[in-house]
Amino acid sequence: MVSKFKEALNSGKFVVTGEIGPPKGTNIEKMVHHIDILKDIVDGINVTDNQSSVMRFPSVGTCLLIKDHGGEPILQMTCRDRNRLALQAELLFANTRGIGNVLCLTGDAVPVGDHKEAKSVFDLDSVQLLETIRIMESGKDLGGNDLNGAVEYCAGAIVTPEADPIEPQLLKFEKKISAGAEFFQTQAIYDLDNFARFMEYARKFPTKILAGIVLLTSANAARYMTNNVPGVVVPQYLIDEMASAPKEERVKKGIEIAGRMIARIKKEGMCDGVHIMAIGKEEVVPDILAAAGL
Amino acid sequence: MKSITKQKPSDEVKQLLEGFDRVYIVGCGTCTTMTKTGGIEEVAAMKEQLEDLGKLVTGTIVIPTACDEMTETAVKDNEESINNADCILVMTCALGVHRLSLYLDQPVIPALDTLFIGLEDTPGTFQEVCAQCGQCVLGETAGICPITRCHKGLLNGPCGGTNNGKCEVDKERDCAWTLIYRRLEKQGRLDLMRKYQPPKNYQAVLKPKVTRIS
Repeated sequence: MVSKFKEALNSGKFVVTGEIGPPKGTNIEKMVHHIDILKDIVDGINVTDNQSSVMRFPSVGTCLLIKDHGGEPILQMTCRDRNRLALQAELLFANTRGIGNVLCLTGDAVPVGDHKEAKSVFDLDSVQLLETIRIMESGKDLGGNDLNGAVEYCAGAIVTPEADPIEPQLLKFEKKISAGAEFFQTQAIYDLDNFARFMEYARKFPTKILAGIVLLTSANAARYMTNNVPGVVVPQYLIDEMASAPKEERVKKGIEIAGRMIARIKKEGMCDGVHIMAIGKEEVVPDILAAAGL
Repeated sequence: MKSITKQKPSDEVKQLLEGFDRVYIVGCGTCTTMTKTGGIEEVAAMKEQLEDLGKLVTGTIVIPTACDEMTETAVKDNEESINNADCILVMTCALGVHRLSLYLDQPVIPALDTLFIGLEDTPGTFQEVCAQCGQCVLGETAGICPITRCHKGLLNGPCGGTNNGKCEVDKERDCAWTLIYRRLEKQGRLDLMRKYQPPKNYQAVLKPKVTRIS
């Protein structure tokens, strides 16, 4: 069955996805509230997988909640915590529960997270995970054995348009497409002129690109991202713009900036849509969409 | 090639030696001499340290190459003082510890942690360059091993954590895939980086690794 998200990608409309970062603990009240906010206003909701190598409520569990609430989940799977048996088993399970979209990632390194002494797995990498999904769609597993019932996924990956150096990333981007990536959600972008140049290159390939929009919440957060998050560069004029806002209006300013960027991406037809990451402030996603005129 | 070691914290050594009053100390004239973790000087310093703890050091020796079979002879030649000890404290890499344990009945206790098999880059700086995985990929990665030098051991190119050619785990550490990219580019062989590398075959060398030269 073709997923609703895949239908949206193929419809030619400007696609919007959101993102949920599950909580550390069993109190899922706030997350469910965010799911309810997002489910009817976006085409898909990503669920992060122990993001930043911090142990949390699982991605697949959250995807089931999204299904229960009538939303369209995008299961993020990293290769950090599970070997090829565990990854394939989860792909089998998720598909039987109506989860039809997967985002394949390498996963952050264990030492950046909150279980620094853990063993990292990386039995597969993101390209091999994409390839694995295509093999499982053909009715086989990675061991070459027959599956009693194949999977069917809309599989995607990520790309970092502002990576430095960019060339090795682009080679990997092309490998991901060859391995069957139907869509890409990019790392956060802020300089749309740079992004337009990236899209001149990326447009040549048969895949859909959703630009990553991360809500700015303060000038300090913007500076922190520039200095600490690989491949994220917030231009000085945006940091200044955030700094110009009084404390109580910072989030409002971030919403305005995100809305403005999305509106321009859509107006200029830069790419196929946007992936909005509000990082725990999902309640403002409707405001971002309103600011973007969507 | 050297077996790279570091000394265990003295508290850990003290704890490992609890209940043993008489200790015989073994060092190695090869790797741990070069890394200054178990040569003549370090063995002498350990002897002093143990004596300060009230232990009786029944003897010390620095065996030329503790991991080879000549170690058996060294053990026999020093039988008396070794037999006088409750345990043997070993300042060689784990290969030497293992070798000694073959010839001795007493507890053999490592004073060092064995880190990796490495090359000396610049004087005093050692780097792991090979993880002995049994399926060498260096022919396609410009002589730089991604299994060893990429923190995640990735086979199909860099992860998104790389920044300015450095690794997300340590800003001082080079991203292996950036190094590989630059060298392949220089060689005009970037096509190798476009090639899909399938999942690694961990059956190629099953742990514990054993081989017989025929």
